[in-house]
Amino acid sequence: MLIASTHTNTIERPPAMGPQKDRLQVTQPSTEVSPQTTWMLAVRDGRDRAAFAALFDHFAPRLKGFIMRSGTGSAQAEEIVQDVMLTVWRKAGQFDPTRAQVSAWIYQIARNKQIDTFRKDHRPMPEELTREPDLEPDASQILAMEQEASRLKKALSMLKPKQREMIEQAYMGELSHQEISTQTGLPLGTIKSRIRLGLEKLRHDLKELR
Amino acid sequence: MTAINHHIPDALLAAYAAGSLPQPFALVVAAHISMCLDCRAAFDAHQAAGGVVLDNVGAEVLTDRLKSDTLALLDAPVKEKPSFARSGVYPGPIMEALKGKPPRWKSLGMGVRQSILQANDEGSVRLLYIPPNQAVPDHSHGGLELTLVLQGSFSDSGGSFGVGDLEVADQEVEHTPTAGAGAPCICIAATDAPLRFSTLIPRLLQPLFRI
Repeated sequence: MLIASTHTNTIERPPAMGPQKDRLQVTQPSTEVSPQTTWMLAVRDGRDRAAFAALFDHFAPRLKGFIMRSGTGSAQAEEIVQDVMLTVWRKAGQFDPTRAQVSAWIYQIARNKQIDTFRKDHRPMPEELTREPDLEPDASQILAMEQEASRLKKALSMLKPKQREMIEQAYMGELSHQEISTQTGLPLGTIKSRIRLGLEKLRHDLKELR
Repeated sequence: MTAINHHIPDALLAAYAAGSLPQPFALVVAAHISMCLDCRAAFDAHQAAGGVVLDNVGAEVLTDRLKSDTLALLDAPVKEKPSFARSGVYPGPIMEALKGKPPRWKSLGMGVRQSILQANDEGSVRLLYIPPNQAVPDHSHGGLELTLVLQGSFSDSGGSFGVGDLEVADQEVEHTPTAGAGAPCICIAATDAPLRFSTLIPRLLQPLFRI
């Protein structure tokens, strides 16, 4: 989790971790892959237009809200939304549900489009890890990833409003890199380990194929 | 591949994932992630947090035609941007900055060479080539400096850096990096301010070398 340098960690820190953890455990973990991921996989593997339409209905209004939050007008925001959603369709092959929930993948596309549009710049991105299209997605890994994402969501919702807002600002690109000075609170450790496992498996699978 | 010991500090990685990092630093971070599974996982984790923020944001009503217009464009032909793969010691993002061509080296003296990839108000990013055991001409800089080793190694007061290692230095760090024995050291270095010299003559030379 991010916190701006101007604020003291001790004051902004969420309440003690104990009760928070307990509350997290009460949540019944879902045993089914979310509709968003199911749609996204149908788009990726089946070029399914109905699934894309469902993704559009879910994400396009949120994307518009996300983009307008940083001061973009409605018309321009919709242009960017369209561009993002078309990229979702075209680059679907790069989506890997064992490494990202759908919203994380779309978030990154949206930030890239915003940077392209407003900074007239192109953000350098890491090399893509090529996913072998024939590999059967592992449902348990997808589920585990989604559970980590919902834990993260829960953790964010339990923060003090001021702190939550700061994190939102940071991930919306409203804070400079100097303002994003330290990390505290939001538990990214477990999701990181989960993703690390997915990456290692990917690397292993790719080696086997060679 | 030897293990990477010096990684991207998490705040910097968060800023990169959020798209808040100036271009020169973003290039070095993208190159490091291309070489480092740990930092790739951490980067993905920050994207997951960004995804949660996107999930939570208030939805806005769309104009009527946006959906049908978008669906109608699904099969429209698009000009694909070329993608750049790793070539030799240069990861994809650096090859992209080089536009797919080998670096054009310029001599800085004493066998040290540089190839400037970008220099503007945001800062500068360059490739450096340092012969074995050679020290880089003494320099200090205004702000943050990121250096990523692509080949060989170097060491300075901050430690020893091998392939894939990233050194983060701020203005407090006075460093005279010296290349290790063996292969020449090739690294990529980004700064957010032009390097500063205190005397007049180097300042006159500064535009010449653009360092």
